[in-house]
Formats: sequence, structure tokens, C-alpha cells
Amino acid sequence: MKIRVRLFASYREATGVSDTTLDTPEGTTVDGALAELVVRFPRLASYRQGLVAAVNAEYAEGAQRLQDGDELALIPPVSGG
Amino acid sequence: MFKVTEEPLNIDNAVERLRASVYGAIVAFVGIVRGSSRGRPDQPVIAVQYDAYREMAERKLRLIGEEVRRQWPLVEIAIHHRIGRLILGETSVVIAVASPHREEGFAACSWALERLKQTVPIWKKEIFADGESWVEGEALSGRAL
Repeated sequence: MKIRVRLFASYREATGVSDTTLDTPEGTTVDGALAELVVRFPRLASYRQGLVAAVNAEYAEGAQRLQDGDELALIPPVSGG
Repeated sequence: MFKVTEEPLNIDNAVERLRASVYGAIVAFVGIVRGSSRGRPDQPVIAVQYDAYREMAERKLRLIGEEVRRQWPLVEIAIHHRIGRLILGETSVVIAVASPHREEGFAACSWALERLKQTVPIWKKEIFADGESWVEGEALSGRAL
């Protein structure tokens, strides 16, 4: 299944990528997809401990199963205001 | 009422839209770009750059509005956040709360700002004469925010 992946702020600059696609097997979880992204973008490894994800624009638990066509976003520590 | 925009923010616009005779008060918080950095107190900040996951940020702002209305049912709230490059003194965020009385206005405005800083996917980069760095805000406590 195809997952759209979006990277922002420090993660975008660390990887040089803002938008990409992940091709993963059925049943892949958020944590599984994050692990795959760290392999693809080794510079994410230093953030691995604190990676927060959103699925379809809502914060998601690591155990959540992804669906084909989902949008997975990596959310660096926020600093709006 | 809830927007993330590259356009300069108009404080009057946010406030005036809430003006109605059922309210006795409008409390507004206006965040402006500061020339000093907590991370690098020795270096002046020249400008800041805000990045956002826009669709999610606007959704989270609307959600803050709903949460505010649950706690303070009689208030009306607007939140506008600027993104892109801002120079010193420019307005980065406006939170305006109209309420029958001042107490719930101050309380709701303050609560909304703290919630914004914890949950809304917007990021600030401080730009110095000799470099730049992303500000790490208040850490998310767990993922289910």
C-alpha cells in the first residue's frame, strides 16, 4: 500500500525532503513506517527517540495500523505562538 | 475565525469580528517577534521563520476553539497565526476572546495560548547574523494529544 509521508521544519531540513511516498505491506503500523523512514533517511535517526507522528492530520499512536492512501506526517517538537 | 496565513495579521480584524452587544469584554493576546533568543542569549535575533503543517494546524486551532467553548460556553474565540518570514516586532499570533465578563475572557485566552504552544504543528526558526536554529517548544507529553 502507498503512504504519503510529509516532513516539516527541522526534519525537512535534515532530510532535504518535504513530501515522499512509502510503499509498505498491508498491516504496517505507524512505528513500522517510522522505522522504515529512519532507514531511508539516516539523519532522522538522531530524532528517533522522540518522533511524533500524525496520520491524516491527527496525532497517532505507534501501534495504529496504516491504510492505503493515508498521509503520515512527522511532527518535530512544536514551537508556535 | 481560525486561520494560518502568510499574510500580515490584522489585530483589529480579529477583534472587531467578535464585537457584539452580548459581550462585555474582548481579551486579546498579540504575540510579536522578539529580538532575543532563549537558546542563544548572546546573539540578537534578526528575523524568524514559521513553518506549519497547515491543514493540521488549522484543524487543531478549530479544535482549541471547541475545547474553549466546552469549558467557557459563553465565549467566542478567534485565533490567527502567521507563517513565513517575519521581522522583529511583527505580529505572529492573535488570540481574541469575547465574553460576557472579563474573568472568563482572560482565563480562556490564556488557556488557548498554552494549548496552541503544546499541540498546534507550527515551528519557529530563529535567524541570527551567523546562522539559524529551530526552536524546540514544549515537548509533547505522549502522542495522543
